[in-house]
Amino acid sequence: MHSNKIIELKDISKSFFVASKEPGLKGTLKHFFKRKYNEIKVVKNINIEIKKGEIVGFLGANGAGKTTILKILCGLLYPTNGFISIAGYRPYERKAEFLNKISLIMGQKQQLIWDLPPIDSFYLNAAIYGIEKSEAKNRIKFLSEMLEINKELYLPVRKLSLGQRMKAELLAALIHNPNILFLDEPTLGLDINAQANLRKFLQLYNKETGSTILLTSHYMKDITYLCRRVICIHEGVVTYDGNLEKLLTKLSPRKELSIICKSKKDIESLKNLGLDIKNVESNEITLLIKKEDIKKTLKNILNKYELEDLQISEPPVDEIIGKLLTNK
Amino acid sequence: MNIKKYIKVYKLFNYTSLSIELEYQVNIFIDLLTAIFGLSGSIFLLSIFFSNTKDIGGWSFEQALIIQAIYTILNGITNTWFSPNLTEIVKYIREGTLDFVLIKPIDSQFWVSFKRISPTGFIEILLGFVILIYCFNINNITLNIDSLFLLFLTIGCSISILYSLWFLISTTTIWFVKTWNATEVLRSFLYVGRFPLNSFSFPLRVFFSTVIPITFITAIPSEVILGISTFWKIILEILVSLTFIISSRRFWIYALKFYSSASS
Repeated sequence: MHSNKIIELKDISKSFFVASKEPGLKGTLKHFFKRKYNEIKVVKNINIEIKKGEIVGFLGANGAGKTTILKILCGLLYPTNGFISIAGYRPYERKAEFLNKISLIMGQKQQLIWDLPPIDSFYLNAAIYGIEKSEAKNRIKFLSEMLEINKELYLPVRKLSLGQRMKAELLAALIHNPNILFLDEPTLGLDINAQANLRKFLQLYNKETGSTILLTSHYMKDITYLCRRVICIHEGVVTYDGNLEKLLTKLSPRKELSIICKSKKDIESLKNLGLDIKNVESNEITLLIKKEDIKKTLKNILNKYELEDLQISEPPVDEIIGKLLTNK
Repeated sequence: MNIKKYIKVYKLFNYTSLSIELEYQVNIFIDLLTAIFGLSGSIFLLSIFFSNTKDIGGWSFEQALIIQAIYTILNGITNTWFSPNLTEIVKYIREGTLDFVLIKPIDSQFWVSFKRISPTGFIEILLGFVILIYCFNINNITLNIDSLFLLFLTIGCSISILYSLWFLISTTTIWFVKTWNATEVLRSFLYVGRFPLNSFSFPLRVFFSTVIPITFITAIPSEVILGISTFWKIILEILVSLTFIISSRRFWIYALKFYSSASS
């Protein structure tokens, strides 16, 4: 549906001019007196459309261009070419109406005032977004309950753990109730529990507010938990844009079926079924079966053989996506 | 621009900034001592210049002391507002935290110029006014409403020029990243503002009036106090300050187009 579209990028490119330096003292002196600039195309003619309420994950190796796209989307960088529209605004114009609708959270940078409790930063942000104190109070209460953070709001930021600080960063970024969230590696450096809590919160927030979330992360769990749709970026080019499940099926169309039989005779019989065999070890055999055939094959095996144990598994998502991102 | 919102935000800037500063009590005490010793040293230096002569460039010691008072007030303003904020721009750019400023519905120049306040500069402002009142006594000066208005007008222009100079240099950080040294050079040029313009040679007078208009900053308000300022000089200072303010604004907007943000 056309009206549902909130983000639109057409042929967006972004180039940087970066000075290159040869090694050694000679190279350093040359670099000082006469710099050689190279144009580096970080983003190349990308086309993306995102609907209201979607959670979209950006996947890509380091330097693929994910963060640059995110920064173009929130208006921090001017695109070199192309058309961009977010909620009807050109982000690089940085109109107040547009800025009121978005928020950016970066796992590796912080906006909270280091020496003061987060609550002071929240009220400052509320004033910047023109939110009345009473409304800000309600908003802080609502978000702190959702994020399960309370007494930490009154401790200096420098005394908080990384997980607590990230929660407070989220609260600061969400105080103005933005419709579109840009998250750049929000779980970076967090422990497993803190990562899980943050994911749960983001999912809940999306469900409750209908906000659109764009996320980059190197942790595949963030992506698999939150995003149905992923956009893969490789050297500034969109290599895949679509359903995560479909992508995984496309990249890894088969499941692994590990069977432990009671007799070696059954193993021999299984070998002759004409299925792809990954591994055979005494009375254990691992078969590779197409995802669409798994039910039928399983039914046949269970009817024919007496099994001791059976396990169906998929190759790890990290492994599959890793291969895609490195173009292997 | 929503003035009410900006006043509210400015109050919160001051509150958060003062809360941070007051965490470190010893710092405030040290800064108080530094301000007193610094001022005493400057007055001592000025007295040495006048020890063998009654006037320099047509200014007596008592009159030159007015320039010192104006300089001390402006230096206090620099230390209270300009220095803590504008040196921070380097940090915003290097660490990429300017991102958080630019995505907020607030004027980014307002943010980077007024986010912080250092209360230690207040001591200098206070000391500057004490010397100024003392100068009124020793020079037998009584200001009427007109000259008081002109004094505030010229001091306002001086503050604008001073701010713009700081801001123009700090803005270049967007391209050069490390421009901290340049602000230090400006600071050392500002010391010139403690002495009457006429005490310098002609080429230096031209340089400090046009290229870096330091002497405008202190000399014209001092001349207004003494009642020796000419109309054209005041008009010139207004024009220079307006040019600087507009230039600094335009330069900031232009520079932001080149902001590439720090890599993550």
